[in-house]
Amino acid sequence: MDRTKIDLWVGIFVALGAAALLGLAMKVGNLTSSKIGETYNVTAAYENIGSLKRHAPVKSAGVVVGRVNDIIFNTERYEAVVTLAIDKRYDFPADTFANIYTAGLLGEQYVGLEAGGDEVMLKEGDKIAKTQDAVVLEKMISQFLFSKASESESKDVAPVAVEAKVKSTELGDPPF
Amino acid sequence: MIKSRLFNSVIRTLTGIGHRVTERIWRLGAGARLFFLAIIYSGESFKRFQLTMREVYATGVMSLLIIIVSAFFVGMVLALQGYNILQKYGSSDAIGVFVSLTLVRELGPVVTALLFAGRAGTAITAEIGLMKTTEQLSAMEMMAVNPIARVIAPRFWAGVISMPILAALFSMVGILGGYLVAVPLIGVDDGAFWSQMQANVDVRLDIMNGLIKSVVFGVVCTMIALFQGYDAPPTAEGVSRATTRTVVISSLAVLGIDFVLTAFMLAS
Repeated sequence: MDRTKIDLWVGIFVALGAAALLGLAMKVGNLTSSKIGETYNVTAAYENIGSLKRHAPVKSAGVVVGRVNDIIFNTERYEAVVTLAIDKRYDFPADTFANIYTAGLLGEQYVGLEAGGDEVMLKEGDKIAKTQDAVVLEKMISQFLFSKASESESKDVAPVAVEAKVKSTELGDPPF
Repeated sequence: MIKSRLFNSVIRTLTGIGHRVTERIWRLGAGARLFFLAIIYSGESFKRFQLTMREVYATGVMSLLIIIVSAFFVGMVLALQGYNILQKYGSSDAIGVFVSLTLVRELGPVVTALLFAGRAGTAITAEIGLMKTTEQLSAMEMMAVNPIARVIAPRFWAGVISMPILAALFSMVGILGGYLVAVPLIGVDDGAFWSQMQANVDVRLDIMNGLIKSVVFGVVCTMIALFQGYDAPPTAEGVSRATTRTVVISSLAVLGIDFVLTAFMLAS
């Protein structure tokens, strides 16, 4: 085996390895799409975060704009304080909603940001005031059964009652 | 009389255990010394890079075939088995995630290391063992050539360079094999296969950690092979035993270290 032939083969070998790594990073991983550069941190408090985890995505309009950086439990108010690292390219109004949603029926949970109309923007260290807890399946089912029961009790008032219930859950606090 | 005989046999057993333990510890220490010497004297293997290049050819390029073929089959089997389970839960689209995460995180580095120990590690041990048996290493020392700088270090770096490349190739080829089974054969949607994979495989958490694992395995496997060869008794039987030990110890070390590394990586 002479020298140039060895060099050629080793060159091919290393090039193949580099191509495989590049392929893994680009095609298998998501190096190209969801790269988050400089971030700023804002906090949001929840009574119940469900199964939200660190590094869970923060999305707005379905686009990943940040990650959940930290989750701590505040023993003074007995609530979860979630730190969101949001990409510096994206500014959000101070009255933005930070809701916890579930991807799919049983998928992972993420924080959804819904921009408000305030002219003051969120900056490093701010606290998002308007939050909505994770939906707990049991609560939702019991709520549904409760509304069904009241529906059968008084048929004529039922539609209004159901509508009122739905509205109140949209606002974020279950009626019990 | 009987009492003293019993006493003697107990003493002998204890001495035997002690001897075995100190022997193991001594060998571990000797291996660690060889490791540090290889690193200290590795200047020449970079100055005369041709030496290392030749060894990369012997360990890396020559292992390409076995790595690629087994990766292909491992990927195909993963896809078949994964589909069989996932379709019960109605999530056969997640097969891409299943195949890629299994390969990138675990099977890529581990199976590559096991194959590497069998294919390249044994060759290194046998070669160095035979060099020692035929007194080539002593001859080098007589000519004031440091055998660690000339023989050990280039092989060490070749192994460390080759392993991550082979592991990356293994993962990529395995994913292609899984793709071939999942998409054309079973009929999983092409777009779902790749997009689910891209959404769930993290470059830093999964691919980088796999790479770190394979570098560690490269160091461990190559070092074990080198030490077993360097330490082999200079007889035909000694070399053959050393070669066997290379495979056994490398495999056990890789599996054990893999558990520790995985525990650390998942914890952080």
